[in-house]
Amino acid sequence: MLREDYEIVIGLEVHAELSTKTKIFCSCPTEFGAAPNTHTCPVCMAMPGALPVLNEKVVEYAVKAGLATNCSITKESKNDRKNYFYPDLPKSYQISQFDKPLCTNGSIDIEEEGKAKTIGITRIHIEEDAGKLNHNEFGSGSLVDLNRAGVPLIEIVSEPDMRSSKDAENYLRKIKSILEYIEVSDCKMQEGSLRADVNVSVRKKGAKEFGTRTEMKNMNSFRSIVRAIDYEAERQIEVIENGGKIEQETLRWDDVSGKTFSMRDKEDAQDYRYFPEPDLVAIRLSDEYIENIRKNLPELPESRKKRYLEEYKLTEKESKMLTASKYMSNLFEESLKICGNAKAVANWLLSDVSRILNEKEIEPDQIPFTAEQLAKMIMLIEKGTISSAIGKKVLEELFENPKDPEKIIEEKGWIQISDEGAIKEVVMKILGNNPQSIADFKAGKDRALGFLVGQAMKETKGKANPKMLNDMFLEELKK
Amino acid sequence: MQVSREEILHIAKLANLNLKEEEIDTYLLHLQDILNFANIVSNAPVDDLNESIGANDTYNVFRKDEVKVFEDNEALLQNAPEKERNMFKIPKVIQ
Amino acid sequence: MNITELTVHELQEKLQSKEITIEQITKAYVENIEKYEKDVQAFITPLKENALKQAEEIKKKVENGEITNPLAGIPIGIKDNICTKGIKTTCASKMLENFVAPYNATVMEKIYGENMINLGKLNMDEFAMGASTEYSYFQTTRNPWNLNTVPGGSSGGSAAAVAANMVPWALGSDTGGSIRQPASFCGVVGLKPTYGLVSRYGLVAFASSLDQIGPITKDVKDAAILLNVIAGHDEKDTTSVNKEKVDYTKVLKNDVKGLKIGIPKEYFGEGINSEVKQSLEKAINIYKELGATVEEFSLNIADYALATYYIIACAEASSNLGRFDGIRYGYRTANYSDLKELFRNSRSEGFGAEVKRRIILGTYVLSSGYYDAYYKKAQQVRTLVKKEFDKAFEKYDVLLTPTSPTVAFEIGTRSNNPLEMYLADICTVSVNIAGLPGISIPCGVDSKGMPIGMQLIGNKFAEETILNAAYTYEQKCRFRDVFKSDNVSPKGHM
Repeated sequence: MLREDYEIVIGLEVHAELSTKTKIFCSCPTEFGAAPNTHTCPVCMAMPGALPVLNEKVVEYAVKAGLATNCSITKESKNDRKNYFYPDLPKSYQISQFDKPLCTNGSIDIEEEGKAKTIGITRIHIEEDAGKLNHNEFGSGSLVDLNRAGVPLIEIVSEPDMRSSKDAENYLRKIKSILEYIEVSDCKMQEGSLRADVNVSVRKKGAKEFGTRTEMKNMNSFRSIVRAIDYEAERQIEVIENGGKIEQETLRWDDVSGKTFSMRDKEDAQDYRYFPEPDLVAIRLSDEYIENIRKNLPELPESRKKRYLEEYKLTEKESKMLTASKYMSNLFEESLKICGNAKAVANWLLSDVSRILNEKEIEPDQIPFTAEQLAKMIMLIEKGTISSAIGKKVLEELFENPKDPEKIIEEKGWIQISDEGAIKEVVMKILGNNPQSIADFKAGKDRALGFLVGQAMKETKGKANPKMLNDMFLEELKK
Repeated sequence: MQVSREEILHIAKLANLNLKEEEIDTYLLHLQDILNFANIVSNAPVDDLNESIGANDTYNVFRKDEVKVFEDNEALLQNAPEKERNMFKIPKVIQ
Repeated sequence: MNITELTVHELQEKLQSKEITIEQITKAYVENIEKYEKDVQAFITPLKENALKQAEEIKKKVENGEITNPLAGIPIGIKDNICTKGIKTTCASKMLENFVAPYNATVMEKIYGENMINLGKLNMDEFAMGASTEYSYFQTTRNPWNLNTVPGGSSGGSAAAVAANMVPWALGSDTGGSIRQPASFCGVVGLKPTYGLVSRYGLVAFASSLDQIGPITKDVKDAAILLNVIAGHDEKDTTSVNKEKVDYTKVLKNDVKGLKIGIPKEYFGEGINSEVKQSLEKAINIYKELGATVEEFSLNIADYALATYYIIACAEASSNLGRFDGIRYGYRTANYSDLKELFRNSRSEGFGAEVKRRIILGTYVLSSGYYDAYYKKAQQVRTLVKKEFDKAFEKYDVLLTPTSPTVAFEIGTRSNNPLEMYLADICTVSVNIAGLPGISIPCGVDSKGMPIGMQLIGNKFAEETILNAAYTYEQKCRFRDVFKSDNVSPKGHM
């Protein structure tokens, strides 16, 4: 545990790939997973003589993100070159924004143990992603794939306003949720379309000055971010307590060992030599342009939450949890449209679906089944075709091998027995095997009924209609 | 401004260029010479002038977000000094 | 009739009247290349066979009416920093010795769209950095007027090939005078268009905010014809300007009455060779005779502009040339064990000394601690230069200056002192800094018979004005007729 006399100070630089159809400076597609170097052209391969042309959607999406995070939009903006050599950066400069980012001075609210806390957003700027270096598993060396080079990114830089790894997680979850809601990024962390550079420093509580910070780049899971912050804070405190000094440096977090390592040669101090990109012209945004985007901003989580409270009579906690992720929230709304039972859908999503997500350590956007499949499952329970116990099994199956729930229960033979004759047969058999229970019931021990129903369920492997079983036992016992 | 030997070596490193021992003095001399001349910009009467980014003051030139696939993907890799499985091969990089 | 002595508009007339055929034109030029290239060395990649084959095909297509472009079958030479798909584009550098561009520059699409014939890729200073072609990795081009002198640069191959009648015209590129100065040295016409008039897409960048492609031709009318082909908005180049097309051949009125010519006296100062000065003074008098009003005025920005030019051009170049890292194309060292060595050795071995010098200067002025003193200041000076030109163009239609302080110098005499070499660009660079159009036309020869160039500078997108002014002077003085005689013609020296 962190020493109580210290405080952690955390700032995040979140990189989100924008979900435009094409790259930021050329017309190549941005889809993930294409064969190496097939989504490339002279521009993103930095062929001599090729020139960038800015994708209008990138500006629009960045402005959307800025408005959704309460930023001021910069009316006179421009692109700048950030110069450094790396094999995944084909031009040896990244087109980014230096002193005139599109958005500045925003903030979002996160919650910490029920209390609201505001995290400042310094700036949001647009830039291009780099390519990918692949380890050559069949031979020596590394291999450069430039499909990702030029995919548009926004970088969201926070103020150093977070004080715990939990804060950082909450902040990142909130950013992710907002970006999903406004549909500017699909935020698939496992594909690297949302990643964060984490800056950590520590200081004695009450100190005015910040400590020296270290940076961990390209973190793409909540779990590693939390672990890395906690580890790094402890490490820094230990260094300081032992009379050492923290060096400002870039670290690499290793998830396997759970440690941070120094990354760059210290002799190679970076000097990015930023200067205005002469191949592009200035960006000027009119009030009208900005207002138009503001007007058309999709519903944000806060307002959805309110709607869930009022329209669907969900509880505060349910509404909050459902709206935390846009995928979850959309799944809720779409399922609801089909089956009409808000409470049931909410219950399933927040209990069993959430439990499975936790077990599998995956995010809602990785849920493999559709809203229709979930809704159908719920309707099958309502119709009495399956019990809720079977429902849970169907859900597990939907995670493994998603298809029409009716097909699942048919194939697995999970259809509920609601045939009166068949139920009667089971009831008679159980009664015949358990004379003692009959006696107990008649002596006023109501619990005996539960036992009998349980036996019948066991006999039918959970498929018997529990209500019919109950009724029929009562009827027989009262005879 | 006087340029030092260390500085020119640092600059060469930033630019990813080697300077041979015998080249350093020549480059240093030339750089110093040119900079001495270039220093006249510091006396230019520009106090309240904006910085020009380019020759023209145009703005807002954008492209529609429409996919166009480059027609000759093969030609993009034909100049590669070394390639493997349609990727550019380089010495091993530990990330 | 010697076909290769003709201008392109003359060739067009002869084609029209069927006095000559498309095939004859290309053949005549190929023959001249075979005759003169060993002396002049203007080509990096001549395309003789290919050109002959194309001429044959185009001739057939024209005959059966498949193509009707007025320039179909006219050959052209291309500076080797303009990308040509399937043909080597070397930038006269070891770095790109074997580089075959995967696409055509926009200007090449336009050239091929007119069914013109590419006769070959022309020599230049490496990556267009230089003023003599002495910095070409491959060869130094000779000035056809005197083979011991340089043709100028960086588009020296283009100017020399036109002057030696090895191509009827050529494309060059101009970042600080690289079209106008070699045109002046070789006694031909060179036009640097307004920044943004011609697409830079596919021009291997030296300094993005200064580079423009332009024509090098035998006369002004040809320059207008070729500008018609290459000018125009291109959505692939954000800095290309979207404005209405002008037919530049229609603006050649052979009349300068009432034209207001400003003579910036700073461009006639002590650094300017006296014979050059005299020649220019004669030209000024001719303009007066032709009815233009001429006035001397002060444009005190030449030194600032030159310093600014070297800061901005080198800064942009240091970044633009970062992509040559030995990974995707270009020279890769044989000598490396890790990535760092691959980068450094490839670049150190692949670039020549002048390119490295400019990369180092450019990296220096952008580096932390110096940015404000140099780059930022230079950008402010750029605004100042623009403003001063704006003021001048409130009063004058055209500014007249020498193109270069001297005529062509002897090979090997000026490469040792870079600063001195840079200072020779004093007349041309401010035009690029302000993004203006400038044309160089021959206005006489010195006592040794070497051509002298006059530069006419126009306001932004006022190509019409400078083309007409140049044309009117040319019609009056007929430089080509006067100096085409045997004793001074290029071939007279071979």
